[in-house]
Amino acid sequence: MTGALLSQAFALVFDPYVLWVIVASAAFGLFVGAVPGLTATMATALLVPVTFFMPPVPAIASIVTATAMAIFAGDIPSCLLRMPGTPASAAYTDEAYAMTKKGLGEMALGAGLVFSVIGGLFGTAVLIAAAPALAEVALKFSSFEYFWLVILGLSSAVFLAIGNPLKGVVSLLLGLLVASVGLDNPSAYPRFTFGNAELAGGLTLIPIMIGMFAVSEILRNVAAMDRPWKMAQAKIGNVFKGMWGLTKKYPMAIVRGSTLGTAIGALPGAGADIAAWMSYAVSKKFSREPEKFGTGHVEGIVEAGAANNSALAGAWIPALVFGIPGDSITAIVIGVLYIKGLNPGPTIFMEKAAEMYAIFLVFILANLAMIPLGIAAIKGAKQMLRAPRELLMPVILLFCVVGSFAINNSLFGVVLMLVFGVAAYLMEENGFPVAPAILGMVLGAMLEEHFISSMIKADGRLLAFFERPIAAGLGALTLAVLAWPLARTWLQRGNR
Amino acid sequence: MKVNDAISGAVLVALGGVVLWHIQSFPPMPGQKFGPAWFPGLIAVGLIACGTLLMTARLRAAAAEPLIALPEWARRVRPVLGVGSIMGGLVLFVLVVDALGFHLAASALLIVWSRLLGASWRLAVPVALAATIVIHLSFYKLLKVPLAWGVLERFAF
Repeated sequence: MTGALLSQAFALVFDPYVLWVIVASAAFGLFVGAVPGLTATMATALLVPVTFFMPPVPAIASIVTATAMAIFAGDIPSCLLRMPGTPASAAYTDEAYAMTKKGLGEMALGAGLVFSVIGGLFGTAVLIAAAPALAEVALKFSSFEYFWLVILGLSSAVFLAIGNPLKGVVSLLLGLLVASVGLDNPSAYPRFTFGNAELAGGLTLIPIMIGMFAVSEILRNVAAMDRPWKMAQAKIGNVFKGMWGLTKKYPMAIVRGSTLGTAIGALPGAGADIAAWMSYAVSKKFSREPEKFGTGHVEGIVEAGAANNSALAGAWIPALVFGIPGDSITAIVIGVLYIKGLNPGPTIFMEKAAEMYAIFLVFILANLAMIPLGIAAIKGAKQMLRAPRELLMPVILLFCVVGSFAINNSLFGVVLMLVFGVAAYLMEENGFPVAPAILGMVLGAMLEEHFISSMIKADGRLLAFFERPIAAGLGALTLAVLAWPLARTWLQRGNR
Repeated sequence: MKVNDAISGAVLVALGGVVLWHIQSFPPMPGQKFGPAWFPGLIAVGLIACGTLLMTARLRAAAAEPLIALPEWARRVRPVLGVGSIMGGLVLFVLVVDALGFHLAASALLIVWSRLLGASWRLAVPVALAATIVIHLSFYKLLKVPLAWGVLERFAF
């Protein structure tokens, strides 16, 4: 049974067209990750209109590959420009740059690459082992468990992130409000549509995400366009030198980073950037030489570099099993899964087993391909970082416009993209994080449905939400997440 | 643009109020306690609570911050032109694209944007034309996205 499925999955992946898609999206991901201001989430949002027209496996493969490459490539400008290529590298950007200043640029880049691959493979292994097993358990879930899972995801996005939790809650509420537009609610009553037919089906999420993740970044880039980038080191030697030594020196850090990263990724709502921040802090906490952190010390990069790539695979666990995104990338992916008829849920591993195995294979393939392609990207970093932004940004923006239009072949998509792009730019300028809003939009309908049906079942009794054992456990985990800001204060105090 | 938290808070309270007022018109679900107004109602109450907290936190800090502060780049010419042309250009694009056609509107927009961001004519024009052709071939031809031809309808290919 499994053998037949595996050979089916191999046939799905090792098809010339799919392999071509993987290579092309790897190049795309490396470029997007390496250019500061273009993020892995943006790469996903830009890929969606293109994946629209692909069969399911290459569509998902392109996203898996591009994001894995982008998260690694984000380390390149951290080392060379002191600018994180994606938010997932921000936790150790200063450290990586300090290493380059000390003449250890090769080691910083090499550690970023090698431990990204190890973390990515670790996360993939957990995904392969845990997702089908979790699906068996999830078959027994009722609306109470789903309600708590959604709440857990939403609170993780708000309370585990860096910044003001109050502003995170505001962002989340705005996202939920956007999600409640249209007919898609338990009573099927057209809310906030004002008689407009475009609004009756709800606001289309893809143009909104292109706006919030791509247009807002372009605005930010354009606002800083007249400040040229300065590169700290132009020539890059052998990046593998000393990597075996690091592996032997920091085995605990690698395991801890990969484990924490996968766990944070699998936690609904929290993704690679949060995993990297936490892992870096944990690494410093448990290090024998915490005083060296921040001065160009590789230990934190080893641990957090493994963590952010393992989080990427971990995030797919709740996305596939429950349809609840593990991070903002899988928030977009879930939409693609539905479009491709791979509806996420506990039964997906029975109904679409071959496709699921194929996705797992792509994860392994993408992480292995990262070694040669990553070296090529490091060698070509100089050229990539010299890409003329005054030409690049307009062209990307035009692709955003066409992509937003193509989803429904409607100019309303372009309007949504612009409105939400400007809104996201203003929100971030004022310290309101964007990720909770996105999760609110994606999960709003699900939250309402499970909340209302649970309330109806329990006849309005709130205690019923804690009466089933798994529901109570998830409820307790949610409370733990709410307490995280306190724990973070403790971690930071220990570090001083 | 930095907006003082007191103002954002007030706007959120107002938004929550408008939502609460608007959902009064939603019909109840026959035989059920929980109708369509329930969920937006909870969100509105949350918005009012958060808005109030933001306002009081800011007022208690008694900071002499301006109510609205322009960002630092607003004093430099090129960023202002860039950001302005992106927002204005997109609005204009939506208004004229059906009449003018995608190909003309897109190439013109790309040329204007890259020129304003500092590219030379020698680069801006060929890149704009090349990008438009790539989109034509990939989205219009390959993916069958119905991009409008507008005034070029006669030359459609």
